[in-house]
Amino acid sequence: MDIVLGISGGVEHDLSRPILELKEVSVRFNGVPALDQISFQLQKGERVAVIGPNGAGKSTLFNVIAGVLPPNQGQVKVYGNIPGEHICIAYVPQRSQVDWRFPVNVADVVMMGRVRKLGLLGWPKPGDWKYVHEMLELVGMNYLARRQIGELSGGQQQRVFIARALAQEAELILMDEPLTGLDARSQEEIFSILEKLRQRQVTLMIATHDLNLAAERFDRLMLLNERLLGFGHAAEVFTPDLLSQAYSGHMRLIQTPNGTMMISDTCCGGGETEGRKERREERKEKRDD
Amino acid sequence: MIDWLSFILIPLGYGFMIRGLIAALMVGVVCAVLGAYIVLRGMAFLGDALAHAILPGVAVGYLLAGNNPAWLTIGALVAGVVTALGIGRISRGGLKEDTAIGVMFTGMFALGIALISTARSYTVDLAHFLFGNVLGVSDRDLWLTGIFGGLVILTILAFYKEFLVISFDPVLAKTLRLPVTFLNNLLLLLIAVTIVLSLQTVGVALMAAMLVTPAATAYLLTRRLPVMMALAATIGAMSGIIGLYLSFYVNIASGPAIVLTCTFFFLLAFVFSPRQGLIIRNQKGQK
Repeated sequence: MDIVLGISGGVEHDLSRPILELKEVSVRFNGVPALDQISFQLQKGERVAVIGPNGAGKSTLFNVIAGVLPPNQGQVKVYGNIPGEHICIAYVPQRSQVDWRFPVNVADVVMMGRVRKLGLLGWPKPGDWKYVHEMLELVGMNYLARRQIGELSGGQQQRVFIARALAQEAELILMDEPLTGLDARSQEEIFSILEKLRQRQVTLMIATHDLNLAAERFDRLMLLNERLLGFGHAAEVFTPDLLSQAYSGHMRLIQTPNGTMMISDTCCGGGETEGRKERREERKEKRDD
Repeated sequence: MIDWLSFILIPLGYGFMIRGLIAALMVGVVCAVLGAYIVLRGMAFLGDALAHAILPGVAVGYLLAGNNPAWLTIGALVAGVVTALGIGRISRGGLKEDTAIGVMFTGMFALGIALISTARSYTVDLAHFLFGNVLGVSDRDLWLTGIFGGLVILTILAFYKEFLVISFDPVLAKTLRLPVTFLNNLLLLLIAVTIVLSLQTVGVALMAAMLVTPAATAYLLTRRLPVMMALAATIGAMSGIIGLYLSFYVNIASGPAIVLTCTFFFLLAFVFSPRQGLIIRNQKGQK
């Protein structure tokens, strides 16, 4: 992970610049604004939780940062260059977006992260497989390297995709709701892996609905709802004013003698019931297999 | 034993049967390997549509230059490109893609039939285009099928990992800055070339079966893509050969005989697959 990326392209990294910088980025879909004038900077190695209600633009923001979706206005810079030139950004998709019946095993999926480094017409060399297995070892999944991906549990699937991001040698990893639908133990395993990523100086942005975890486990919180409402430590972001701006329709603040109490409706994705439903569906899918 | 041997050897006494068997074998393999991506990407309908939509191009080539494979191929490719562009344009106009495919391919197919109907030997020509005429394959056809089929297989092998990524995870393909548009168009081109070289074996109407059924059968039997491709190729080749023998002895049309053999293999896998066959699923359901 030095200044210059591998043979297969990507641009040089100017390490004096922030790893990620957005300037007044706006995105509209058919004229309807999804992101409005977003500006912020990230330093290498930071860990940020992106929070906000459903439809706040979290996935859109990640797509723009990854260079998959060009913004209507504004600029995204990765080490001072546009992200479309970088292969050091990895996007870990929501589990619901993956075709788990696809005929590939765990090691195949992780090797996909190295496809660009292998170059057109290049085939994986022993060194590439060694790297893939090292990354699988790092996330504790090497013993299942030959398993078909649909035969894994939700937490294991998430770990495989983290290993793929590492095989890509990504320096900025975007994770879209990696904790949704996972039980407490699987969440804990993911966090211990994220801890190892911190030691490797990987910068992380994670979209989540779990506000408690966001507050406890991340350096900074980014509160998003079309606009960037707050970006800082939990105490700076979790203010009655900002929260009601972000979640206006989804929650209510009530003043009680013991302080402020928040009643929220965690519609989709974050809530306990939703997680349970997903696990039930997962079991059903396994039966169908 | 002697009976079985002569059962196999008698058709080989005819030159047209030998050429037909070689053609069916090559087409079975090429269609099946490419078909793996068609099945995994959910492009079965597009494959069927493209097979029908090339007809006007083939017809123009045929009317202008007779049975010259080069002109038939060029005509088919032009018609294929026009169809693909038309589908893209119509679906950007706000209609769903399958609607756009439905409109484009039937229009092109009708145009093709209209053009062929201007020729004197209308019914015979049309039947050959629609259902194939594998027993009329010439030596030159065999060489062309071999060369272009080989090119298709080589291209699939050369871009194996790129096609895998754009099929499994298009977002990863974009974040890795792979040339996604180029790869998608290359896959469409491979489908068009494969359709043209399969034209004489199974014809336009049954083409989708060769592209989809062996690959779908293999999908039921394995969970690794390379294995799926190899299995599909084996099933495609066997269906070509068994189908032609069936056609020889039972005296049915060769194209449908090959396709029915594919379908038979599919049904076997669908019922008996150890991974996801009907029997296994019923047993699991009873637990």
